[in-house]
Amino acid sequence: MTVADTVIDIERLSLTFPSSDGDVLALQDIDLTIRRGDFVSFIGPSGCGKTTLLRVIADLERATAGTILVNGITPKQARLARAYGYVFQAAALYPWRTIAGNVALPLEIMGLKGEAVRSRVGKNLELVNLAGFENKYPWQLSGGMQQRASIARALAVEPDLLLMDEPFGALDEIVRDHLNEQLLQLWAKTHKTVVFVTHSIPEAVYLSSRIVVMSPRPGRIHDIIDSDLPRERDLSIRETQAFLQLAHRIRAGLRAGHSYDELA
Amino acid sequence: MSKPGESMTYRHPGTPARRFTYRPMERVLLPGASAFAIGGVLLHASPWFGLGLALAAFVAMWLLTQSRLSAALITGYVSAGAAWYLVAQADQPELVTAGFWCHVIAAWLLAWACVEQLAAIATQSRLYQWILGVLIPVLFGVWLLILWELVTRGLEVPQVLLPSPSQIAQRFTSSTHILWADFRQTFLKAVLIGYTIGCATGFVVAILIDRSPFLQRGLLPIGNLVSALPIVGVAPIMVMWFGFDWPSKAAVVIIMTFFPMLVNTVAGLGAAQAMQHDLMKTYAASYWQSLFKLRIPEAMPFIFNALKINSTLAMIGAIVAEFFGTPTVGMGFRISTEVGRMNVDMVWAEIAVAAMAGSLFYGAIALLERVVTFWHPSVRSS
Repeated sequence: MTVADTVIDIERLSLTFPSSDGDVLALQDIDLTIRRGDFVSFIGPSGCGKTTLLRVIADLERATAGTILVNGITPKQARLARAYGYVFQAAALYPWRTIAGNVALPLEIMGLKGEAVRSRVGKNLELVNLAGFENKYPWQLSGGMQQRASIARALAVEPDLLLMDEPFGALDEIVRDHLNEQLLQLWAKTHKTVVFVTHSIPEAVYLSSRIVVMSPRPGRIHDIIDSDLPRERDLSIRETQAFLQLAHRIRAGLRAGHSYDELA
Repeated sequence: MSKPGESMTYRHPGTPARRFTYRPMERVLLPGASAFAIGGVLLHASPWFGLGLALAAFVAMWLLTQSRLSAALITGYVSAGAAWYLVAQADQPELVTAGFWCHVIAAWLLAWACVEQLAAIATQSRLYQWILGVLIPVLFGVWLLILWELVTRGLEVPQVLLPSPSQIAQRFTSSTHILWADFRQTFLKAVLIGYTIGCATGFVVAILIDRSPFLQRGLLPIGNLVSALPIVGVAPIMVMWFGFDWPSKAAVVIIMTFFPMLVNTVAGLGAAQAMQHDLMKTYAASYWQSLFKLRIPEAMPFIFNALKINSTLAMIGAIVAEFFGTPTVGMGFRISTEVGRMNVDMVWAEIAVAAMAGSLFYGAIALLERVVTFWHPSVRSS
């Protein structure tokens, strides 16, 4: 593995949040390397710091110790260079803008104009199968379509890195399966590096090439699993032995990390 | 032959078609109208007129079961004709008896039934919905005027206490040039200029102090203090500072409108959610970019709230400020002097102008609000 292949490099990273009853250790001694073209999932129960870790990569939170490099530069430099697209838990589309207007928003902020904006908006709406909905307003679309529009918006800046924070968490399982399939096709088409936060074991196994199992209090990495599933996969892979074994290993990891303690 | 199941209805064969039932108000209004109409006849008011009213109410009861629209039409026409007849009678004191008032109540109940039936008409057509939406309040307002007219004429209420609508209308049409001059002085100059400057500076100052929590904390309590200042205290001082003409009134309006706009805009600029701010951060958006693309659009419902509140405040401020010194023109000046000369109909004509101007002003802003904040759930749903 060469250095140029490393997109994210994290060494002994810790983060503490000050709170009224003492500091809370949200992340402790995180060591993680993410390679170009990987699809990496962070999985763990709530409170394990998976979203916080993603936000540190995006420079929405600052680490209190350790080092982190994104594309070989600091997260802040990477953010200012618009090195990543970020998809939030909710679509967070602006209701006063049409779908096309929402996808154009980051492009306008980048200073693009006219035809450059229009062609990128059209291309990315097509990527998420939303061509024909340009002039609809977000509130006229279903939750699944809104989230697809927000993915198109994140892709519009044409980043090599896509950060996704439980993007399908608020959707029902049927829509979620469908979007998972589409996301995999998108990943195959665009060869982007994806970092994906989830608390669903099947979703993590189905999507990922690498799975980072995290455990809470303090948030830390318990296990990193390289998936041996083929890159080309469809939903039927969830019935295979290899899939079930991976899911079992994640579940075992979560249990060993005391993730299930107070749920019993 | 049709396939089994296709032509089947889910109604049980023995179930009769749904029977017509009167709405609760219809059960009261129309019998009530006929009872008062007949009661009027028994109290020696015009028998043919009373019987006609009673007959119309009975016919409407029957028509209702056929078509709400035709029932509404007949009650509407008959009550309008009755109003015309009763107003003509009200000037003859010997005809204004207990029976007369029974007939007034009967005609009014008929008109109420007409509005009830119009309101109950279910239509899918947008045009008809719009027409009904305008017609119902207009009918209601017209009947308020008719009753006002009947009471002031029939009871011979002194003009100084309450002139009749027709007297006010007469005064209105005969003094349009004075009303126009007052309107121009008070509304077109003091209100509009003061409102524009007050709202604009409130908005601009809100943006200027947006980056300074110190100024926000210092200025907003002062703002609350100033908006609590009584206008009767401020107006004379403004007259001393800016003279008798409209600038002193505009200054009062500025003081009254500035702080509501400031407070609302500051609140609106803080309305965007953390996630939307994060989104702007991931785009490396500058302060001004996220201000114009996120925070000001998000603040629009708050800003329009202030614009609507201020439209009312500005009218009140400009009119009341004229009580404290003014050239011999202006709506507030006219009201205060004509009251002194016992010309109460002129006062009411000015009130009518103020009411119309205020409503149109408010309505125009509300319309603009619907256009600008079309995306807001409160506008979207209606």
